[in-house]
Amino acid sequence: MKHLWQWVEERTSLGAGIRRLLFESIPGGPKWRHCWGKALLYTFFLQVVTGIILWSGYSPSSQTAWESVYFIQTQMPLGWFLRGMHHYVAQAFVVMLVLHLGQMILFKAYRSPREINFWILLALVPIGIAISATGWLLPFDQKGYWASRVSLNIASSAPIIGSVLKRLALGGPDIGHHTLTRFFALHAGVFPLIIGTMLLLHFTLQRRNKLPPGGPSKSAIPYWPRQFIRDASICLGLLGVVVFLIFLPAFDGSHSPPGIGLGSPADPSDQYSAARPEWFMLFLFQFLKLGILKQTFGSHGEFVGAFVIPGILMALFFVMPFIARRKNGQVFNLTMVGLLASAMVTLIALALHDDANNAAYHEAVADARQKADRIRVLAESPSGIPATGALTLLRNDPLTQGPALFAQHCAGCHRYNGHDGTGHQPDNQQSASDLAGFASRRWLAGLLNPDTVASTNYFGGTAHADGKMVKTVKRDIADYDATEKQQLQNAIIALSAEAQLKSQSALDAHDQDAIKAGQTAIADLSCIDCHQYRGMNSDSSAPDLTGYGSSDWLAGIIRDVTHARYYGKKNDRMPAFGTKGILTDHEIDLLTSWLRGEWYEPRENLAAAHP
Amino acid sequence: MAVSQPESSNPKSPERRNFFFQALAGMFGSLLVAFPFLSGLGVLLDPLWRKSNEGEMIRVGSLDALPPDGTPVKFPVLSDKRDAWNKFSKAPIGAVYIRLLPDKVCEAFNVICPHAGCYVDFLPERRSYLCPCHRSTFSIDGKINDPKSPSPRGLDPLLVEVRNKKELWVKFQNFQTGRSDRVPMA
Repeated sequence: MKHLWQWVEERTSLGAGIRRLLFESIPGGPKWRHCWGKALLYTFFLQVVTGIILWSGYSPSSQTAWESVYFIQTQMPLGWFLRGMHHYVAQAFVVMLVLHLGQMILFKAYRSPREINFWILLALVPIGIAISATGWLLPFDQKGYWASRVSLNIASSAPIIGSVLKRLALGGPDIGHHTLTRFFALHAGVFPLIIGTMLLLHFTLQRRNKLPPGGPSKSAIPYWPRQFIRDASICLGLLGVVVFLIFLPAFDGSHSPPGIGLGSPADPSDQYSAARPEWFMLFLFQFLKLGILKQTFGSHGEFVGAFVIPGILMALFFVMPFIARRKNGQVFNLTMVGLLASAMVTLIALALHDDANNAAYHEAVADARQKADRIRVLAESPSGIPATGALTLLRNDPLTQGPALFAQHCAGCHRYNGHDGTGHQPDNQQSASDLAGFASRRWLAGLLNPDTVASTNYFGGTAHADGKMVKTVKRDIADYDATEKQQLQNAIIALSAEAQLKSQSALDAHDQDAIKAGQTAIADLSCIDCHQYRGMNSDSSAPDLTGYGSSDWLAGIIRDVTHARYYGKKNDRMPAFGTKGILTDHEIDLLTSWLRGEWYEPRENLAAAHP
Repeated sequence: MAVSQPESSNPKSPERRNFFFQALAGMFGSLLVAFPFLSGLGVLLDPLWRKSNEGEMIRVGSLDALPPDGTPVKFPVLSDKRDAWNKFSKAPIGAVYIRLLPDKVCEAFNVICPHAGCYVDFLPERRSYLCPCHRSTFSIDGKINDPKSPSPRGLDPLLVEVRNKKELWVKFQNFQTGRSDRVPMA
């Protein structure tokens, strides 16, 4: 072993090189303030390791990017932790970079001969932002998708080359497979190589230009182990903060699992108002929001805000080493840094403050979270994620699509538990029935109750408010004797059983006798004077009660309410959604399934799904 | 190596006496280096825990497709397949040769050569199997034909059943290649 080592050493001087690095003397002794550079280097090392491991599980394409990240996050052991590391260390890299730069300015370590050293770090700032920005898109969730769209559109605001740049970045006219492959190549190939090379240059130059800020006087001490312990302690502290941030969601009362979340898959057709850049870019976000730019520079406002002004600031930083040589130069530099830092902090605080008081933003965040939770349930369902991608699951999910369809097409007149399906209160008055629990025993009991039949939750707001049905219920049912009341009870049970509701399947199976009795009672109570029911009565001047509330019945009434099976010519205002082409069959199915409470629930949730 | 036993190129170096700091620095250093690797260990080793649904009985075709003279027929094996995040139904997971023996008994072989995993051909004129990669030959009953064949064992037989008089069902399995005994892959 020793011979082998000697053999290698004679040919490489590897040991001597390591010794030189480790025992190189630090003028002025070990200092905490020498640690930031090493911490920056360490964050880069962490990103390379965690990034390559994530790479081993990542698949960049529109149908697999989200899916593979979902698999890493939820199915692979500790995948969530690995993602959390990569996410927070990326931010730590930017923080360390800025701290290191600030330190160089503060301790005048950017003066001759170390200007180039300073510039290298300065150039790392935009590259650090670029590597972050390209990383946001890769999980291909709603957040990454919309955030990237915004930054891409800002990039395209550059004059002349803007649209070409955007197209090259996108790999085509729009976000797709090649956007992901290109962003991935930049994020995991080009930028890390540039950053690695620049860090190497930075530290090589630093060793060459070793000129202690405190002067070369005092006792020089080797790097190992005293300074190393200091560097390592800072790095350990940094790790501690990262681990703390990863576990924070478990303690901050949000009841989220630890780690960083994964939103629902990117959907260009689904509004996402919760898109925000990472916190360290919020200042630019807020700056672009201010409106001053647009007033001053018109349509070039974005470009000025995102390129010209940051460019001027970069140029200012670039010449700072020379300014520092002048009289009061250092004071000027520090003042500029202070002003810039306060402006950035103010803008970030403003952005956070705006969002904290923005109800629409909170709602968008809650909605995004709900979708993210739902897609996870669907992805874990026995049918799993189809080859067409996880978005298919969400687009075919009644629980996700139903409320939105209801709000858009039905809530103009109807209500669902008093709201528009999504929890909002529509502007206009309710003028048709409340369809929550439609055709359930409870719903029918309300319909066949003299006190409620003419309320707005049933026929109250409609043209049928004084119709035959309301009159019958008010007059006849109010006078029912005990036997008839029992018959009515059974009729409700039987009619509700026609719907075959998932939520009542156990009840229906249990009450077979009552259902039998009720089927006769429907005829006895003279429902069939107007309604069709199982072949009885052919007049049918009112909706068919056969299969009342079933999938087929409900889809049919939405498709064409004017059909003789439903209200025929007596229809009040409801559009024939299907035959008029307002809703597709698929949308009608989604709406029907949602109204009937039919969507996938994991086994343990089945009991709780229907209160 | 050099970290743990610094040679005294610099005889005045005080570290040798300072064991505590050396140990602390070594500990910190190892922790810092190991941490990201440890946090990714689960993701790296995840394949070791993943299951395959090989070994289930799968319907591959009909008895009527088999010629009475005992010539093997190739059938693709389609099965529900879980591939990481995706679930596919009726995705190809392999292929089998099935031939008819007397008395309506069938014999099935995995098409994979036990030597290096190539897809073997059946040559009707020679009534034997030939591996296109390294020229292993197998007789029609799956045994090694030519003793010079590099394959360590004959073709892998698979359990085959005839259900409902006509349906061919195979217990599909892949076996580790390159060894003389049969060890299932999954």
